[in-house]
Amino acid sequence: MKKLINLPDNVVDEALAGMARAHADLIRVESPNIVVRKDAPRQGKVGVISGGGSGHEPMHGGFVGRGMLDAACPGAVFTSPVPDQMLAATQAVDGGAGVLHIVKNYTGDIMNFELAAELARAEGIDVEAVVIADDVAVKDSLYTAGRRGVGGTVLAEKIVGAAAEEGADLATVKALCEKVQDNVRSMGMALTSCTVPAAGKPTFDIGDDEMEIGIGIHGEPGRERRKLAPADEITEALATPILDDLPFQSGDRVLAFVNGMGGTPLLELYVVYRKLAEILDGRGVTIARSLVGNYITSLEMAGCSITLLKLDDELTRLWDAPVNTPALRWGV
Amino acid sequence: MGITTADFTAALETFADRIRDAREELTALDSAIGDADHGINMDRGMTAVREHLPTLRDGQAGALFKQVGRTLISTVGGASGPLYGTFFLRLGTALGEAEDVSPADVARGLRAGLDGIIGLGKANLDDKTMVDAMTPAVEALEAGAEADFATALAAAADAAAAGRDRITPLVARKGRASYLGERSAGHQDPGATSATILFEALRDQLGRAG
Repeated sequence: MKKLINLPDNVVDEALAGMARAHADLIRVESPNIVVRKDAPRQGKVGVISGGGSGHEPMHGGFVGRGMLDAACPGAVFTSPVPDQMLAATQAVDGGAGVLHIVKNYTGDIMNFELAAELARAEGIDVEAVVIADDVAVKDSLYTAGRRGVGGTVLAEKIVGAAAEEGADLATVKALCEKVQDNVRSMGMALTSCTVPAAGKPTFDIGDDEMEIGIGIHGEPGRERRKLAPADEITEALATPILDDLPFQSGDRVLAFVNGMGGTPLLELYVVYRKLAEILDGRGVTIARSLVGNYITSLEMAGCSITLLKLDDELTRLWDAPVNTPALRWGV
Repeated sequence: MGITTADFTAALETFADRIRDAREELTALDSAIGDADHGINMDRGMTAVREHLPTLRDGQAGALFKQVGRTLISTVGGASGPLYGTFFLRLGTALGEAEDVSPADVARGLRAGLDGIIGLGKANLDDKTMVDAMTPAVEALEAGAEADFATALAAAADAAAAGRDRITPLVARKGRASYLGERSAGHQDPGATSATILFEALRDQLGRAG
């Protein structure tokens, strides 16, 4: 293992300490490992929190700030945070208008958030939760844990955070998050595995001429291993199942999001974006907004994911609204 | 003569020791079909549990297991934290404030723990999870605990191991391994493996009691 770390067990704590110093104007880090918007709680504003394992930076801690999340709960690397963290975050951001939990669809995340929500409600805090499950690589059936929450989570956090900032109430914010979930689809692929610091070796072995299609964001193998192909073919292999699933149709306006998994340069992400734009042009789908970069990663994994969100005027306006976080910032 | 809190404490220490010994193995199993953290997370949780044991040894078994459950929920994370945490919480609640715990009480308590796991995780038999190791183990204990506790504990540990091995060829239908679809077949389940370690620890430490 070759990593820029001290002790594997200290990686998360030390990274959070670094974040706190780097972005002291936007966030504060509190025990037990929660990232909180600096001016939280804001009276009368719905609190929006999320959380998940570490190793996906900048998600979620990098999205804490005005116009996005009020708090984030980072767990150990690739491990759901514990209920104590979500409870503490909920308490820290509750301004009397309730708190929305944005939860990615993983068995552990759901259980830990549910336990925390139960504890928070017992204290009289109004808590609602929306589960993001946008990964079309997973068959949504009785025989799986359901679709994973991946790239759509980033878009949901931005849009929902903007609505909460404008003063929308808890029911409205929840309904908006469900609307994003209903209109967003993603799929990812990997060129390499990644190494969990405490495990010390790559999660899976993969040949120089192979790739994994349909991966999640935890270094887990995908649904299928294929021979490496040119970027255009890979882009087709990801975009087609996404487009056919919703389905996205001619005349639709979308937000096109090409995300790097952590170890792929922007140069390559733009090669993918170029082909994605061609595919959407060919189907008569208009790209109204775009996002390209590393926003929901899997440590140092090389690869990418594509996320498409069908936009309407409301979602477009909220996407454009000002945001001021360590990782997303515009209009401020 | 019943089973003492000291006996249960010894079993938990043995479980913690063996989770530490199996840390790499559990993580390797989880790398194949999950996210490579089961051994790391369970070891972190049982290390936290171990710190509580000296102060709990002299109290009631119910209180001991409730504290174990709370500690696992607060330290493990992932799905294993709530699942093992609920298991021990329900076991502790079932034992209640009893000072004298009988083999039948242990069987009833472990059944309550297993029911808690099934309620939370919604896994059925053959979904390829820890439930496939725990269910036959609890059944073996229920069948024989009152007649011969040591023999029933040995049968329970064997049944857990057999359950763990039986599901290896299956396709996972719950948890993170289910994302792999057919590719999960042929891999040993990490949760069923740690559950077997638990029943082996119970066999080795409680078999002398009761």
